Amino acid sequence: MTQIRLEALTKVYPTVVATRDVSLSVAPGEIHAVLGENGAGKSTLMKMIYGLVRPTSGRIYWEGQEVVIANPADAQALGIGMVFQHFSLFESLTVAENIFLSLGQARSLADVSRDIRQYSTEFGMPLDPNRVVHDLSVGERQRVEIVRCLLQRPRLLIMDEPTSVLSPQATQSLFTTLRQIRDQGCAILYISHKLEEIRSLCDGVTVLRDGRVVDTGAVAGLTAEDLAQKMVGRQIPAPIRPPLASGKVVLSTQHLSVVSDDPFGISLADISLSLRAGEILGIAGVSGNGQRELVRTMTGELILDQPESLVIDDQPAGQLSVSQRRDRGLLSIPEDRLGSAVVPGFSLVDNFLLTAARRLHLVRKGFINRERTAQLAQRCVDQYQVKTQSVDLSMEQLSGGNIQKFVVGRELLQSPKVLICEQPTWGVDMAAAALIRQELISLARSGCAVLVISEELEELFEISDRIAVMSQGRLSPSRMITETTVEEIGRWMGGGWVSLREAHDVAS
Amino acid sequence: MLRLERRAQASGWMKIMSPALALVLTVLTGLVIFASLGKDPIQGFLTFFIAPLTSLFGLTELLLKATPLAICAIGLAIGFRANIWNIGAEGQFILGAIAATGVALFVPAIPGVSLFLMLVAGALGGIAWAAIPAWLRTRFNTSEILVSLMLVYVAELLVSWLVFGPWKDPMGFNFPQTKMFEAAALLPTLWEGYRLNLSLGFAVVLLTAGHVMLARTHLGFQMRVAGESPSAARYAGISAKAMVWIGLGVGGACAGIAGMSEVAGPMGQLTDKVGSGYGFAAIIVAFVGRLNPLGIGMAALLMALFYIGGEQAQQYLGLPGSISKTFQGLLLFYLLAADVLIHYRLRWMRNVSPSMETSR
Repeated sequence: MTQIRLEALTKVYPTVVATRDVSLSVAPGEIHAVLGENGAGKSTLMKMIYGLVRPTSGRIYWEGQEVVIANPADAQALGIGMVFQHFSLFESLTVAENIFLSLGQARSLADVSRDIRQYSTEFGMPLDPNRVVHDLSVGERQRVEIVRCLLQRPRLLIMDEPTSVLSPQATQSLFTTLRQIRDQGCAILYISHKLEEIRSLCDGVTVLRDGRVVDTGAVAGLTAEDLAQKMVGRQIPAPIRPPLASGKVVLSTQHLSVVSDDPFGISLADISLSLRAGEILGIAGVSGNGQRELVRTMTGELILDQPESLVIDDQPAGQLSVSQRRDRGLLSIPEDRLGSAVVPGFSLVDNFLLTAARRLHLVRKGFINRERTAQLAQRCVDQYQVKTQSVDLSMEQLSGGNIQKFVVGRELLQSPKVLICEQPTWGVDMAAAALIRQELISLARSGCAVLVISEELEELFEISDRIAVMSQGRLSPSRMITETTVEEIGRWMGGGWVSLREAHDVAS
Repeated sequence: MLRLERRAQASGWMKIMSPALALVLTVLTGLVIFASLGKDPIQGFLTFFIAPLTSLFGLTELLLKATPLAICAIGLAIGFRANIWNIGAEGQFILGAIAATGVALFVPAIPGVSLFLMLVAGALGGIAWAAIPAWLRTRFNTSEILVSLMLVYVAELLVSWLVFGPWKDPMGFNFPQTKMFEAAALLPTLWEGYRLNLSLGFAVVLLTAGHVMLARTHLGFQMRVAGESPSAARYAGISAKAMVWIGLGVGGACAGIAGMSEVAGPMGQLTDKVGSGYGFAAIIVAFVGRLNPLGIGMAALLMALFYIGGEQAQQYLGLPGSISKTFQGLLLFYLLAADVLIHYRLRWMRNVSPSMETSR
């Protein structure tokens, strides 16, 4: 018996065929991976199963019976749960209230809170039901989404890129959770681009390319290289790293402490950091350890008490506004793409204008130069391989990876002197991630100072010249990437460097 | 069973059609109201909606009424686009009228110059009143909705005090009003024998300027960003405080100019009834006009028709004066209801179990 079987699902949009004749089946107790690049049709496929998009043709069979899933309510009634890549939580409500709202059953908030506590602990991803979502990190928000789904006891669980923001340990416990759910007979559709994860977690895999199934079968016996080859249809090159020739320090702080303005935020303590032209400094750490505050401090969203606390290009910059810092060449790529980096309802052209207006002279005497803005937005789309029909489409019609490529391109085209980059490849497929990483390296080697904050250690080791770790609002000393190992940095992520520092202090 | 189902994408068609749908429903409800009051609905419809449009006098009066509504509404719309909720245009309108009256009464009349000074004073009066919620919002994070609204009542009392007290016309038989303005302090009419005056020009200029600002300027763009996504605005370095000041300031200036054109236009003096609800009606105009300058122009005409039709209905059908407000309220009510259809569609469902509410 199969839990769900798709037969020749096709979705035709006016301008593009999103999926063509896609068939796959998942058995109860199977974790089935769906693998594919940006725009390969993975999201459309999942949305059809979840009732968000109507197939143009094809059939869906649920436990052998043909069904029509007209909307998410139908999907949930059947027993399908979905954890989205873009979260849909009310920021001003607590975790419990968010989950309570979506359950739609006659249960008290207190019961729901107790269930959340119990389930989340049981599944190894503890959640405090009374915290307000606004104050949660991306990683924690994802836990809320996952727990929300689990509470509805689904028989098919769809996970869209679930591990992209989890720490290695949290990923491992999520996998334990998923295996537990599988062993109870639930089917899982697992969308990911992380090949090693698919190999270690999934039983079956279906590879999509340009809306078609290129291969489907058991995972066992496939190597990561096989999977990558099938997904992309060509080889993914490792990034080219020209030798480091770091220049002068362009951004620095000494013993900076900042009390968070948010009662649930992390205060920064004793941060010393210097960033040189030409290098990439990677900052590892589980999200929610002060990375957000560090970034806000550097970009100017959080103004410091002392101008001298932050030095950009030998000038005190602690009290400069965001746009003054942009004028000096400090640009940033935020973690929350749809929420902060772009305005989802605006066109690509308008979103290009959003941050590029001043540095690229898109405004003359207060008036927007539309023609020039459109040209540069088009250049951004061409140069950074953003898949879109037109620069006049609204941003929300692009896939997550394409939005990220656009955001990276937009900031890079402004030739930054310092670039602060949060989770640059979150939820982005291999080919796009490789492109973004290579661009960051080239940017650094052309003389920009690049700071990359990421939870993906592999990524940091691939691109960084130096690496440091954030833990509980403190920043570790940095190490040259050639002089450290993933294991050491992993230990530091748990705060291991603190004892090292104390030992060092004693020694000196 | 009728159900609402979320659209995958907002319907651009419904965005335009929703005001038209609201108007049709308002008119239909109006017919029912006429009938239930014992009036012939067809006669009521003709008197209310058609008669004012059939004479040159009716049309000029329509434009005269629409002018302050359009001027107030464009100022509000610019703030609303940035999520600045100025509900107190009525108060800013009154302060504009007071400031302009001050110039008319106490500055020696010079043809041309007087009107210009009154215009500037009107705008500054409105800005000053709007600056209070702006300052409180940026300094103490108070709600501009509540502060601007409450200041309306302060403004009403202020104008009452002036016209019952220090500014009362000594020759005015003790009526609460100032003396009539000198000719140099009155807006010239456009045609002999009709009351329509130069303020129509102000409305056209301000609507055009509003359109240019929102569509072409960086400032207008930044205001739209601040309204759509405050976090994107923060990231892009758009100052939230500046947006509050500009949003309220533009709204106050426009309302003040509308107030000036009322005292320097059809009224020719300041009375305690100067407000007459234009500032509140302008909120409806701004929304019915989709916060878009062209739409606001049309919505202002429609709202003016409600005022004039209401007067006609009082005169010829013996209906109560509140009929205009009833129609205003109906229009806003139906508009908000119809706006749901921008993001949702209606669908007939059979056999829907109660546990299947949509959760997202």
